[in-house]
Amino acid sequence: MCGIVGLFSKSESIESHLGSYLSKMLIEMTERGPDSAGIAVYRTATDKNHTKLTVLSSEDNYNWKKVSNDLSQHYDGPVNFEIRGNQATYVVPGTEEGITAWLYANHPDLKLISSGSSIEIYKAMGLPSRVIEKFNIQELTGTHALGHTRMATESAVTTHHSHPFSTGEDLCLVHNGSLSNHNRLRRILRKKGIIFHTDNDSEVAAGYIASRLQQGDDLNEALAAAIHDLDGFYTFAVGTKDGFAVMRDPIACKPAVIAETDDWVAMASEYRALAVLPGAKDAHCWEPAPAKIYSWKH
Amino acid sequence: MIEFDLDQSDVRELNAALHNSDIAKNQSKWKVSNTKGRHAIAVGIDETLEMLIDGHVGYYCAGMNKHANITVNGHCGPGVAENMMSGTVRIKGNASQYAGATAHGGLLVIEGDASSRCGISMKGVDIVVKGNVGHMSAFMAQKGCLVVCGDAGDALGDSLYEARLYVRGKVASLGADCIEKPMKLEHKAELKELLKQANLSDINVDEFHRYGSARTLYNFNIDNVGAY
Repeated sequence: MCGIVGLFSKSESIESHLGSYLSKMLIEMTERGPDSAGIAVYRTATDKNHTKLTVLSSEDNYNWKKVSNDLSQHYDGPVNFEIRGNQATYVVPGTEEGITAWLYANHPDLKLISSGSSIEIYKAMGLPSRVIEKFNIQELTGTHALGHTRMATESAVTTHHSHPFSTGEDLCLVHNGSLSNHNRLRRILRKKGIIFHTDNDSEVAAGYIASRLQQGDDLNEALAAAIHDLDGFYTFAVGTKDGFAVMRDPIACKPAVIAETDDWVAMASEYRALAVLPGAKDAHCWEPAPAKIYSWKH
Repeated sequence: MIEFDLDQSDVRELNAALHNSDIAKNQSKWKVSNTKGRHAIAVGIDETLEMLIDGHVGYYCAGMNKHANITVNGHCGPGVAENMMSGTVRIKGNASQYAGATAHGGLLVIEGDASSRCGISMKGVDIVVKGNVGHMSAFMAQKGCLVVCGDAGDALGDSLYEARLYVRGKVASLGADCIEKPMKLEHKAELKELLKQANLSDINVDEFHRYGSARTLYNFNIDNVGAY
């Protein structure tokens, strides 16, 4: 069991309180997973030719300024950064290409957990309320966000095993369920150049989607292919630069509910996470059908 | 009337009051508000009473109900009226997975759609769904009737025993050992009575098809006698 939530804004009133609403939704799902929690939030997009990098340290008081100076030298231009808990977000004048290798060579104690123009991922061990407080998620504004609270079943409880998993530029995935063919898929995907940091099954789903996108699929095509290649139970929520997608496996045991009003579209493992949103009681509300892709875009 | 506002008191207090026969016997009308998708609301009632649940509910609402007439003015999470014994549960909205699972008796009415596995392993309950049902509905259903006024998803009635299935719309596919059977007068009479109880008398019974077990899976086959 895990709990997943997603909120897609259709109005300024939701955007300006996105972090606050998503936090309430995720806290409602606490009983579905007490081990770790994480949030992906799509905030202000960077200027053209810039990339936003979210970096995680195992230390709370890391010397982020030093990393900023090193990045500035590496990119030969100014770098802005913002610290939240044991993570920092850097806006660099260039692309993400090669930065993972650069980071591991120059700051091997850091891990890149997202990159793109607007995505930021925050995750840590503990209950959603603790993780939300640690990164001050309530104050964040943005266009859309995903959240996950984990009850680990198949791999260790660490921050690195926590969701959301980045699947590429401005892409991420949260998962409720379990995959049974992830070891074989991981071997195949490694041969294709996908890098995995853990033995977690959901990271394989993220890597699978990343691999399909690299081959030229769009998100809907990648998800449609996943229905055939991923064996197991899943409800996925996938964040994209412009929106998000929801998909359940063909058996559809893992719960999911979607609701929509004029101001927002939201998904959650259970309705009670949607009940905290304004106008939820009268929202159009339905259960996503098995093996069907639902997506929203700005 | 007893009213429970679940923003002021929790579900345990509500269910404890319902299970306290000194209270439940003397109160015939109950109302629950601010449900907000909470789980296990009004579970295990064993009294003749009227219950209005005003709002959406989470998992296992009205489970194990005996005698009570319960109305949910909203949508339901998984397992509504699971293992119901008698009484009536009426859902004004949609129901999630396995509505009426393993229920032995009573009537479950869903005025919206029911999702997958509606009536799984039902053992005598009657279920009337005004909208559609999802895949694997009536899986291993043993006794009672499932009435679907809309369409049914894949694998309807897989491994069915003796439950009777009536579907007005399209059936995406039938499960193993489930076949269409003729609508005889006795079936039309049974269906008419069920629709009347569900307040859906305006629906024409002639528009329905009946499905049941081919009885090839669970009966002893004499050809296999040598295997024992």
